[in-house]
Amino acid sequence: MLDILSNYGVMFLVGSWPNGPIGGFAATIILAGLGVLLSFPLALLIGLARAGSLRWPRYLATAWVYTFRGIPLVMIIFWAYFILPRMTGVTVPAFVTALCAIVIYESAFLGEIVRAGLQGLPAGQTEAARASGLSYAQTMWNVILPQALTNMLPSLVNQFVSTIKATSIVYVIGVQEVTFAAQQINSIELNSALQTFLVLAAFYFVACYVISSLAQLLEQKLARKRLGLA
Amino acid sequence: MEFDWGFLGTGNYAQKLATGVLTTLELFGTAWVGGFIIALLIVALRAVPFKPLGMLMRLFVEYHRNVPTVVQIMVWYFGMPQLLPDDLRMWINRGQSEFLFATVALSLNVSAYFSEDIRSGLRAIPHTQVEAGRSIGLSAVSVMRYVTVPQALRISVPPLLNRSLILFKDTSLAMVIGVTELTYQVKAIENLTFRSFEVFAISTLIYLACSLLIMGLGAWFGKRFPPAFKV
Repeated sequence: MLDILSNYGVMFLVGSWPNGPIGGFAATIILAGLGVLLSFPLALLIGLARAGSLRWPRYLATAWVYTFRGIPLVMIIFWAYFILPRMTGVTVPAFVTALCAIVIYESAFLGEIVRAGLQGLPAGQTEAARASGLSYAQTMWNVILPQALTNMLPSLVNQFVSTIKATSIVYVIGVQEVTFAAQQINSIELNSALQTFLVLAAFYFVACYVISSLAQLLEQKLARKRLGLA
Repeated sequence: MEFDWGFLGTGNYAQKLATGVLTTLELFGTAWVGGFIIALLIVALRAVPFKPLGMLMRLFVEYHRNVPTVVQIMVWYFGMPQLLPDDLRMWINRGQSEFLFATVALSLNVSAYFSEDIRSGLRAIPHTQVEAGRSIGLSAVSVMRYVTVPQALRISVPPLLNRSLILFKDTSLAMVIGVTELTYQVKAIENLTFRSFEVFAISTLIYLACSLLIMGLGAWFGKRFPPAFKV
């Protein structure tokens, strides 16, 4: 395992960069980071619609969430691969295709986190804000969202971990991330498949374990703060 | 864009789709049952007061929770045969080794999550509940039947159902090692007919229907058996 890591460590980390596009684990993190970042505004709208009282936005958001939670990510990637070039009229790079699919997919899960965060606050918060004369938008922006977002933080970090793991399938359309790199290495090194894939697993394990532990720490800190201990 | 569903009647495409659906369900079923049995074993082993064993079980759970399912499948399919003796490897390769390895990988993966869900249900019931039950004259079995198990199930079942949904969607990942499940067949049919929209639409609807069934089950359970108390 160690000789695979020493021979191909750079390839695992950044792919063929600087001679080609950035790949490897760096691309995985970029893809997952952009995925969560870009899907968040969408998720915010979905969460607000799901927790709100307007009927049609609520139905629409509910349908969106149930649909994209019910389809495997691979299928969404296939759809994106098929639809994007037809919609835009140009060839879309694999990375962008994968990113679009991930944004759509994650928006459903993040939307549920936002909804839970909004509904987790006592109704008195909204009532007090509205009673003091704030509009709906002002109530959301100044009172509800700051509190809800703080409470959501651990779940958001955990969703980032899920996204990192989810990106491992995008190599099927040729995105050069870390699983792609491992496949390449496996085809060069004919007799060390186990070692290669265990190194790949180790990369994911370390990153995901560290980030989830961070989320746990954050959660404990927030719980203490809520109790007024910190 | 024109739609043409006629291709389903020609060749063996409809049959390909049907085998795909069947394989997906088969994979889901075997992985679910296997995963549940292994999960019970893990829960039992983690209750044994022997530190190294507990740490080993924790490592098992953390590995499966922090490594992508695709990678776990690859480790099994591409990696594990390397450790097997030659004749055993030959024997496995003669059969449907893809399906076997995918089942093993998915079972182990889901067992790690299942075991955590079951444990959280068990741990949430304070021991005083048992003591209170016994002191009002219930037998040990009756305490389980009327007091602890109903409460534990209310806590464990919703996450178990949610994980089952994820397992169902994860069966699509088995396509990367060539298991002829639905997603694999979709790709194969698309390559042969170029009727991408139609094939994707049918398979998406099939996936969605099954997923909604599992989600509906979860919603029904949550309504029918609301949590006894807030955890």
